[in-house]
Amino acid sequence: MSEEASVSRRHFLTVATSVTGVVGLALTAAPFIASFRPSTRARALGAPVTVDISRLDEGAMVRVVWRGQPVWVLHRSKEMLERLADEKSALKDKDSAESIQPEYARNATRALRPEFLVVIGNCTHLGCAPLERFEVAPADLGPDWVGGFFCPCHGSKFDLAARVMDGSPAPTNLVIPPYRFVGEELIIVGEDAGAAA
Amino acid sequence: MSAARTGAVTTAGTGRMARFIDWVDERFPLTAMMKEHVTEYYAAKNFNIWYVFGVLALVVLILQLVTGIFLTMNYKPSAEDAFASVEYIMREVEWGWLIRYMHSTGASMFFVVVYLHMFRGLMYGSYKAPRELLWIVGMLIYLALMAEAFMGYLLPWGQMSYWGAQVIVSLFGAIPVVGDGLVEWIRGDYFISDITLNRFFALHVVAVPLALLLLVVVHILALHTTGSLNPDGIEIKEKKGPDGIPLDGVAFHPYHTSKDLVAIIAFAIVFSAVLFFAPEMGGYFLEHANFEPANLLKTPDHIAPVWYFTPFYAILRAVPSKGWGAFLMLASIVLLFLLPWLDRCKVKSIRYRGWQFKVALLAFAVSFVALGFLGLQPATEKVYVYAARFFTLVYFAFFLLMPLYTSRERTRPVPERVVYHGHE
Amino acid sequence: MVSHLLSKFLHSGLVTLAGALALAGPALAAGGGGSFQQPANNDVSNVASLQRGARNFVNYCQGCHSAKYVRYNQLARDLGMTEEQVIGNLMFGAAKPTETMDIAMRPADGLRWFGIAPPDLSLIARSKGANYLYNYLRTFYVDPKRPAGVNNLMLPNSAMPHVLWDLQGLQTAVFEEEEHNGVRQVVFRKFEQVSPGKLSPGEYDEFVRDTVNFLDYIAEPMKLKRQSLGILVIAFLLVFGIFAYLLKQEIWKDVK
Repeated sequence: MSEEASVSRRHFLTVATSVTGVVGLALTAAPFIASFRPSTRARALGAPVTVDISRLDEGAMVRVVWRGQPVWVLHRSKEMLERLADEKSALKDKDSAESIQPEYARNATRALRPEFLVVIGNCTHLGCAPLERFEVAPADLGPDWVGGFFCPCHGSKFDLAARVMDGSPAPTNLVIPPYRFVGEELIIVGEDAGAAA
Repeated sequence: MSAARTGAVTTAGTGRMARFIDWVDERFPLTAMMKEHVTEYYAAKNFNIWYVFGVLALVVLILQLVTGIFLTMNYKPSAEDAFASVEYIMREVEWGWLIRYMHSTGASMFFVVVYLHMFRGLMYGSYKAPRELLWIVGMLIYLALMAEAFMGYLLPWGQMSYWGAQVIVSLFGAIPVVGDGLVEWIRGDYFISDITLNRFFALHVVAVPLALLLLVVVHILALHTTGSLNPDGIEIKEKKGPDGIPLDGVAFHPYHTSKDLVAIIAFAIVFSAVLFFAPEMGGYFLEHANFEPANLLKTPDHIAPVWYFTPFYAILRAVPSKGWGAFLMLASIVLLFLLPWLDRCKVKSIRYRGWQFKVALLAFAVSFVALGFLGLQPATEKVYVYAARFFTLVYFAFFLLMPLYTSRERTRPVPERVVYHGHE
Repeated sequence: MVSHLLSKFLHSGLVTLAGALALAGPALAAGGGGSFQQPANNDVSNVASLQRGARNFVNYCQGCHSAKYVRYNQLARDLGMTEEQVIGNLMFGAAKPTETMDIAMRPADGLRWFGIAPPDLSLIARSKGANYLYNYLRTFYVDPKRPAGVNNLMLPNSAMPHVLWDLQGLQTAVFEEEEHNGVRQVVFRKFEQVSPGKLSPGEYDEFVRDTVNFLDYIAEPMKLKRQSLGILVIAFLLVFGIFAYLLKQEIWKDVK
């Protein structure tokens, strides 16, 4: 074999071996990286949560935990929905353009069915849990307050559709998780109608 | 001529990379270290297959460290949760089974390559002057490895984990006067308990690996000080060319690295065959009884340590006295440390040594394997007990008679240069 | 399945290798004679058998034994069933398919009823072996001296009642005394059917084989996956090895 042929053969083999070696290392690393993803148990614990709403009175709210987060299910009364409709306070993101919610909850009431609000109870500011303040015009929240949620940590205010009001430190509306109804009695939090079909 | 044997990295670039390396070199001896240990470290060109097990041991060490770190992320060191957390890794963590099997297969393969590496040392006289320290550090690595493997085996908290630990820890009770107190001190409790598991975990995951890493660095530094020996047992440093490079040496990189890579891949194929098709290795790598959670009230019918401990376990059982059994077991390991001074022969390699050593080494190897087999057998058969006694005798005779038979050896003349038949 | 056959071949090869190192001691220690023992010959790649075995398990075993490391939805995935099928056919006590195969019986009750808590069966096929389980479930025989009225050849004085008696029927064991090297021993000769079961002996063996197959699968659910992955890994390493070997030969040409 000539000198030149030998050099190019060596070059080819060096490149081939190096490339195969790097590919091999990457393939070996892949399972290690993938092992960081939520395990079967984590996914089982993060499975959808079923909420029984058959005995949830108008104006009442239940809290459930889904994936370690508080999820509120509020049964809004007719009167609450009316108050929401003629809301006077200025809202930061009235149409929920900047906020996180499934497409089917991007409407005036931020809900699949107007009478039920399903929302993750973590303030979008720094993650505190806002308090429910459904009364109208209490002394501490001023005459314009028509009911909603108030975050005690830094004073963010949200209306009865969990939309953030102007002047709050929170940047966006509270997050709506995926959910679906099963008949009239059950809500499944964490699962879309799409996923169940 | 000699240029061909040196590392091919000669083109000193002037680009950005070269300037960066200059910048580093002014602050850290990067290039100097690379030269000393890689591109201008010269090892004999006549290495045979026995010379790959050192690098394979290093590869397995790295594998054990990496897989161990990932196992630690999901393992729970408590008597309550340990067993379940191992099953959690096997079933629920994505690819957890692969990582766990790598670690369990790696543990056994570590001993396979280390035993072969040590046998290489025996054959070619790698323990002889001036490599006594290299040998002793290697023995310390072996001891650390045994401690590491023993404590790691408790962690899955299966029946064998539990009763194996029980038996081995009880051995310390054979030490006169302090024995019983020592056993209690090791366990931190009156039995092998959650407390013992927790401390073994700390030692297995933090302390011993640190010691192992340090010892391996010292081992390699010692090796690079004396230089690697070769199957002819000739010091290649004594015959240097005008350029100061040993005439029989070739640069570690690219010559030995390219050879080692082939060995590593071949090893990986064997490793994968075990890992993917026989991870229990018929009960030798993962013992069947260890798939049952530890039960303090029920000893398994047949307790055998994992295969790599069984030669010493057989020596222990060969003696019908707890104290002497434990003493002989300890002695069987201590004698290995003394090898450089027990061997009186001037010639290093078995190729040029007399029949006495060849016969003795063969008898030693056979007795080691036989003891390994006997250690796996139930203690009830009389034949096995007598066999274990016989091979224990051979094992000790190899060391204790060594000064006698090695000083009488009729050796053959050692050639000036290594025997090597090049590629045409 | 190619990978399965190869794995069997490799497995036996490697075990022979290990056996050559250690002369296969423990394998023989278990049975003691063992003329009644037969290999389970189960196949974890047989999904239909696993499905039948799963049904057998939930109907006959899970009353007392849990498989607490196994989740129902994992069965759905591996056994080619939909979650609805699993809910309908396999789940009786559990509420959600993400749950593990636990049981309602508390260990303390088991201890009181059987004198021993029925063990969890997730790993039983790994600790005892499929062959053991296959023979265990086939060798119950009538023994009025035992509290449950039956004894077992594989596990003498087993605390477990013969749960499958209505399928297998009842059999008695015939023992004979024999002299071996001057020692008198009681040796098992044969079974005699006392009352027939709902299944013929052949059907019963199949029933047990499916059940054991299921136990074998839950003991190591990733078995098939690791075998098929192993083929790919070794194939890759062979290609890598060829390149590396040729490169090494090329580089070592310099060395005279």
